[in-house]
Amino acid sequence: MSNVITMGEVAARTLADEMRRDPTIWVLGEDVQAGGIFAQYKGLFQEFGAARVVNTPIAESTIMGAGLGAALVGTRPVIEMRIADFVMPAIDELVNQIAKVRYMFGGQARASVVVRVPHGLHPGSAAQHSQVIESWFVNVPGLVVAAPSTALDLAGLLRTALRCDDPVVFFEPKAMFKNVADMLGDWPAIPFGKAERRREGKDVTIVSWAQAMPAAIEAAAALSADGVEADLLDLRTLWPWDSEAVLASAARTGRALVVQEGVGASGFGAEVAVTIAEHSAARVRRLASPRIPVPFAPTLEDVCFIRPGMIVAAAKEMVAG
Amino acid sequence: MPAADLSADHLFDLYRRMKTIRVFEDTCVAAHKAGEIPGYIHSSAGQEAVPVGVCAVLTREDRITSTHRGHGHGLAKGADLERMMLELYGRVGGLCGGKGGSMHVADFSVGMLGANGIVAGGIPIAVGAAQGLRLFGSQAVVACFFGDGAVNRGPFMEGLNWAAVYGLPVLFVCEDNTFSAFTHSSTTTAGPGPLARAQACGVAGERVDGNDVIAVRAAAERLVGEMRAGGGPRFLWCRTYRFSGHVSIDPATYRKQEDLDAALKRDPLLVTRGQLGDAAAADAIDAEVEAEIARVQDIARKAPYPPRAEAFDDVQDIGSPAVEAAR
Ligand SMILES: Cc1ncc(C[n+]2csc(CCOP(=O)(O)OP(=O)(O)O)c2C)c(N)n1
Repeated sequence: MSNVITMGEVAARTLADEMRRDPTIWVLGEDVQAGGIFAQYKGLFQEFGAARVVNTPIAESTIMGAGLGAALVGTRPVIEMRIADFVMPAIDELVNQIAKVRYMFGGQARASVVVRVPHGLHPGSAAQHSQVIESWFVNVPGLVVAAPSTALDLAGLLRTALRCDDPVVFFEPKAMFKNVADMLGDWPAIPFGKAERRREGKDVTIVSWAQAMPAAIEAAAALSADGVEADLLDLRTLWPWDSEAVLASAARTGRALVVQEGVGASGFGAEVAVTIAEHSAARVRRLASPRIPVPFAPTLEDVCFIRPGMIVAAAKEMVAG
Repeated sequence: MPAADLSADHLFDLYRRMKTIRVFEDTCVAAHKAGEIPGYIHSSAGQEAVPVGVCAVLTREDRITSTHRGHGHGLAKGADLERMMLELYGRVGGLCGGKGGSMHVADFSVGMLGANGIVAGGIPIAVGAAQGLRLFGSQAVVACFFGDGAVNRGPFMEGLNWAAVYGLPVLFVCEDNTFSAFTHSSTTTAGPGPLARAQACGVAGERVDGNDVIAVRAAAERLVGEMRAGGGPRFLWCRTYRFSGHVSIDPATYRKQEDLDAALKRDPLLVTRGQLGDAAAADAIDAEVEAEIARVQDIARKAPYPPRAEAFDDVQDIGSPAVEAAR
């Protein structure tokens, strides 16, 4: 018997599971009673009602800040941000408040919230609806940062996020919510900080995450057809991140290509690259989007995407060099 | 409001502007569904009387700020129709050179300071524009369009307070189309409505039937008149209804059919036609508008996409990104 469903449904069912298990979990955000804009809350309002699935005003700073307040009195809010670009009005509450309360108050308080942030380049969405910003939050002490690239990882990491006491900024690949997969079996919790090997190889390490992963997978297959075997790691979480797996792979292959969607300058790919450079003799290269706002016209927007051909070319250059 | 208050020519002109917005929106929604226009379209069909009525009392020097549903605001302020169509198609010659698309149409040459992808994003901008204009000794005013959902964001209250504190000539125009995306705004908005919030800051205003262009125009004329006389900010609350879904692909199953039916009977174009009292003349305008939009759509369809290298233009002067020619 198969169970072919979308990633949005996987997200909704996982959250429903967790809400049944833990009555302190609740959701707040815009349009969540309608199921969320990616169906990632579908059916939750019907099952859990208006007290646990709260439709909010368009008021991101208060959505984020109220989530913190509710966490301080012992509930576990799921704070829905709609898309990454709308975290900006709530940055103060996330960075100055949520990330700080535990430390600043000497351990008296915990901000056990999950901030759900659909993110990633999205065709035709332009400068204010297509930003890739997960790297920003790795720079903020106190926050856990997750960025899964598959439905199974999304489910497993969401469970872990809902069971951990730290604030988790949970990035979800927005271009993939409608992708379907056969989701047999149960979807167990996945620990943070463990990369997943998507392909095994000896010639070049490729490290990526989130929406850059499909291109990396396609590229690794193309490389293999040309006799270059890539060791492909999906980081899945950026803080903590699996430097151990990355360093072990880089030591084996002697070459590491870091592939990230979003602006390269000061991006998380730089953190990965420098870590490899510091701790191994491997040669390192990075592919990322240029430092431009995301443009609208397809011909312009295209320069922001990491295409499989770019990964293939970079990997081959490294292997040849 | 008797139509006699306005010259027949002026009323025909208002009707033509409204019809232009309607046909533009309907054409673009269809083109988006057909895959010709990328991204999303937030149609303002059903709301045309608001921007047309307000902009009718503005001069070219006056400025406006807008929203994600901004085509109508731009067209009413005089933005170039052909260049707006080119922008939505993402082609060379578009208002923003193809960088912005539907959600970011802007025409600074006519004082349209930009549509905005961020709800309430235009409100502080409008307030600051008025403050800046004052610094130049300009007599211009600023009209700031926003939806009923925007009144629950902090920048709304911050902007109102600011404009009142500095006595700035900002006309806050709440285009209340009943919905905030997929949610009925009444379920997320407390109190008696946006005008009361303005009044709490000492900003006077009016509530008006947003489907009656003559009424909107008359109210805007009174309020802008007071502003030009140094009265400080004013507020215009326009009740209207969104005919389409939130975006073109939204079937809007969350709304009641009878509400939509009732709203369609109060279609602002029908209301204006009634006031014109000359169906043949209105039909002639309709035909002209449809031909004009077909013409600009044809131009947009045939126009080239911008060259890749332009993606790197206009980021910044200092530390500008190098054109990665190889990509
Ligand atoms: C800060 C922010 N939050 C959320 C959104 C997503 N969003 C876009 S339009 C919209 C509804 C806005 O409602 P309203 O202000 O009434 O304008 P309308 O769409 O009805 O024209 C929402 C929630 C956004 N663009 N910006």
